[in-house]
Amino acid sequence: MTDRFVQGRSVLSADMWKRAAAAVILLFAAAFCFTGCGDDEDSDRVVYVYSWGDYVDPDAIDMFEEETGIKVVLDEFDTNESMYPRVAAGASDYDVICPSDYMIQKMIENDLLMPLNHSLLPNATEYVDERFYKLSEFFDPGNLYSVPYMWGTIGIMYNTTMVDEPVDSWSILWDEKYKDNILMQDSVRDAFAVALKLKGYSLNTTDHKELEEARDLLIEQKPLVQAYVVDEVRDKMASGEAAIAVIYSGEALMLTFENEDLEYAVPKEGTNVWFDSFVITKNAENVEEAHEYIDFMCRPEIALMNFEYITYSSPVTCIKEMEEDPDYSESPIAFPDIDDYMDPEAFEACKYLGKEMDSYLGSLWIQVKSY
Amino acid sequence: MIKTRRVRNLFMAPFAVWSILFIIVPLLLIAGYAFTAEEGGFTLANLAIMGRWEYRKALWLSVALALASTVLCLLIAYPLCLILAQWKLKKGSELILLFVLPLWMNSLLSTMAWQTILERNGLINQLMRLLGLPDLHLINTPFAIVLGMIYNFLPYMILPLYTVLSAISVHLREAAQDLGAGPWHTFLHVILPLSVPGIISGITLVFIPSLTTFVISAMLGGGKILLIGNIIEQEFTATYNWHLGSGLSMFLMIFIIFNMILSAVFERNE
Repeated sequence: MTDRFVQGRSVLSADMWKRAAAAVILLFAAAFCFTGCGDDEDSDRVVYVYSWGDYVDPDAIDMFEEETGIKVVLDEFDTNESMYPRVAAGASDYDVICPSDYMIQKMIENDLLMPLNHSLLPNATEYVDERFYKLSEFFDPGNLYSVPYMWGTIGIMYNTTMVDEPVDSWSILWDEKYKDNILMQDSVRDAFAVALKLKGYSLNTTDHKELEEARDLLIEQKPLVQAYVVDEVRDKMASGEAAIAVIYSGEALMLTFENEDLEYAVPKEGTNVWFDSFVITKNAENVEEAHEYIDFMCRPEIALMNFEYITYSSPVTCIKEMEEDPDYSESPIAFPDIDDYMDPEAFEACKYLGKEMDSYLGSLWIQVKSY
Repeated sequence: MIKTRRVRNLFMAPFAVWSILFIIVPLLLIAGYAFTAEEGGFTLANLAIMGRWEYRKALWLSVALALASTVLCLLIAYPLCLILAQWKLKKGSELILLFVLPLWMNSLLSTMAWQTILERNGLINQLMRLLGLPDLHLINTPFAIVLGMIYNFLPYMILPLYTVLSAISVHLREAAQDLGAGPWHTFLHVILPLSVPGIISGITLVFIPSLTTFVISAMLGGGKILLIGNIIEQEFTATYNWHLGSGLSMFLMIFIIFNMILSAVFERNE
């Protein structure tokens, strides 16, 4: 999950080498299909879903199939970047996909998505809190293409036995006191988001001067950093190996259950508010079924099941009242006050910045890591 | 048995098919990516990027760490193999099994084990605290990476050295002694020169995987120490720039081949 912001590059360029490679991959994929999807002939209504690994409660899918008679064929991806070329190449005819914010924007720009028919999405209209639609406009202006499924922030997780001052600013990640006790995210956009926000810049800035300042700030921070981590952040924070970590709010909730000394804070300078949202592909064959699937997942009781299964925050905010376990319902990590996040200067979703910016950012990141 | 040309061709066929499909074609694909730009067209930019300081630094760091681990592997393995070779008829071959044992375990797993040993709250530091000694800063340092390289690649140094040293006839040593050479003299002028092929293949087998590793540096370096392998990995998985990644791989291959030629020339001059 935590690789959301590794950068993508379009693989659409008419380049024979990539085509050759794609052909080989297709061949293998086809071979797998022959062995894998032979048993869906008896049901005529079907929906092909492509989603993050382990990102929906299997019981919810069973309930959907039982209620509607629509068979769900679920494929999973582990990064937005591995999903994109498969969809862009048109190799696999998925109907519903659940990518992240900036990737949705990239797919819109490359004309891979179909505008949603909101009259087929009554639950999505009624139960998904309108503030999330507003925040989604960063990457999907007018909310034409996407319905938010899960959301969260990037913030600071700290161990109260090692940090006794109040944590409310990114600047604590530059505090000499915590040398070798700081974990940073090993991903370009996340790392730069921290530095850019501390400087008061937009995390979607394309200004080279601002980005170079952010790079210098990250280089300055490097001697204090214990490690740049991805999934290891969970083990290291749970076991007290580090005092402070940059982390996704969804991971933070689980961690507070594992180690009660851990707390999560969203810095006052603002941060990245991220989304994983449902979209329907341009070439979808089962458009009606796709809408039914998305709308089913927006039902409060189903949203609650999925929230309890993956512990990421749901934009269906009314599930807070339905949640019976106070560990969940009273957690400010799972149910933050969204009104705090409505300042668009401070709280931004990640935008796709284009291929050139991607490789520019990539080279700045290599400079930080290599320094 | 392999007399006629036809039988020989038949015997060659499996490997020929294998090498064309899985060695030559992929190499050509890599070269194809390396020398083209994303927009198409020939370019040397993907190799020329090695001139930038961040890439140069990663390469030299890789070379330095790979050299350190190779030299240390040699220093550990050579004396050991000398002893084992002398015991060869008794228990040398059983003992050699013991030293190759780490290869039986998945290298990812053993590197993870090193993580838990070297960590701040790891085994070594817990022991230090038990003895009332100050903590050691071990993980996420070049030292940890070299340690991981030695652990993973030492068997590749031991095996060729043992093979070469145990093939040196006892009679040669006896002859040297009969002719009045002391142990040191015998070693320097008989054993060492005869073991050079083993040393060379041991060095190659340790140096190249150490130079190109990205797993060990990622796991024991905490992402703070960027080796050339890590950059290549990042180009393929994170930045999705296959052209640049292939260009860097190509550069590394040329670099390795150049070094091998250099050592071959050096060996011949010896």
